[in-house]
Amino acid sequence: MKAETDVCIIGAGPVGLFAVFELGLLDMKCHLIDILDRPGGQCAELYPEKPIYDIPAWPVISGQELTDRLMEQIAPFNATFHFDQMAIRLEKLEESERFPQGGWRVVTDQDMTIDCKVVVIAAGGGSFTPKKPALEGIEAYEGKSVFYSVREMEKFRGKNLLIAGGGDSALDWTLNLQPLAASTALIHHRDGFRAAPDSVNKMEEMVASGKVTKHIAKLKGLKGENGQLEAVIATSKETGDFEIPCDTLLPFYGLTMKLGPVGGFGYEVKDGLIPVDTEKFETSIPGIFAIGDINWYPGKLKLILSGFHEGALMAQQAFRICFPDRRLRFQYTTSSTDLHNKLGVAA
Amino acid sequence: MKVFVTDLDGKEHALEAEVGWRVMEIIRDWGVPIKAECGGACECATCHVFVDVDWLDRLPPKSEEEEDKLGDAPSEEDNSRLSCQIIFQPDLDGLRVTLAPETRPED
Repeated sequence: MKAETDVCIIGAGPVGLFAVFELGLLDMKCHLIDILDRPGGQCAELYPEKPIYDIPAWPVISGQELTDRLMEQIAPFNATFHFDQMAIRLEKLEESERFPQGGWRVVTDQDMTIDCKVVVIAAGGGSFTPKKPALEGIEAYEGKSVFYSVREMEKFRGKNLLIAGGGDSALDWTLNLQPLAASTALIHHRDGFRAAPDSVNKMEEMVASGKVTKHIAKLKGLKGENGQLEAVIATSKETGDFEIPCDTLLPFYGLTMKLGPVGGFGYEVKDGLIPVDTEKFETSIPGIFAIGDINWYPGKLKLILSGFHEGALMAQQAFRICFPDRRLRFQYTTSSTDLHNKLGVAA
Repeated sequence: MKVFVTDLDGKEHALEAEVGWRVMEIIRDWGVPIKAECGGACECATCHVFVDVDWLDRLPPKSEEEEDKLGDAPSEEDNSRLSCQIIFQPDLDGLRVTLAPETRPED
């Protein structure tokens, strides 16, 4: 898949979303890429129901409601979203008819290619990636016999599965994969599962009928050769170390944020953050900007409201790059007919 | 008043503690590396600490939410707590905790 646009925003959290608004007022079209399956970033993934108290004019608002309101606010600008994928590469585009000033090509891990004039990194704390259990040598098994997600269930037909974790993902996949698998075992370090009660009940039924083996123990090590798992070594206070024979391990311990590929796109990165100036919020490479929690400048505060401000100033410089022949005019949304037209609220 | 925090390298830090602050915030404020990625919302278990057994019973009990979230921490032990859920009070002067593997910032 290929697309062309003015601005490609990496990260669809609150700051990336509001950037669509500021860029849209200045006539720039946006595409956004996010590894999650929905907008909102940390607000949607980490604390959708937690109240936030420092959004101007909202004495209290939840992470999900803030996301919903931003989506409503940017609706007039028809941004295109590319969810469930991660930006993995950034290439410079030479000057061409379409990109007289040159531009950028952003490539995702789902083979999406977005050509654009400006890139905005709004990736917060980085990409949400699966938490990995701390087991020595696990990297050698990843993708061969250790998997952190299920994209195709058929792949697990006839396998001897060990599923690790106590949340919804662990329980859902135990229930869904058991009918396909040769054998299914579930391991969690405590006999308490915080998944939906219905799933927990169904799992316990499967355990009672012998379809699923349940281990209350911790993962300790892996046994196998050339990336092919033969057994997982587990341990508990009661039993000591023991082996669970299996050929596939599926750990589900939730998501965590990692800087990931955006840390290696060529601009300066310091201590996991991207230094920017405070006039344009541009990285060390002109045309690439960084806003929100992922940037750094003297006095930086990781607040959503700071990211909103950064987006507004970034948009000014992005306009100069996208439309070098046009004059930039400062207008208020309260009074400008031009802006009213863009927002679809003209009388 | 002090909180004593042993980091992932085994080094102990004596941190000046402010009443009313979350122990996670005290650790972060003094610059001892701790992931604490949700910022204290009891949503991520990356501020997981092991509490010195002498202090265990002197802490306020765990909420159901904290109990649930600790279930996501693979290295959970009987003395596990989420440091964002311990609000520092004068009677916790001298509290000793050890950072759990989940707090490693690059993980």
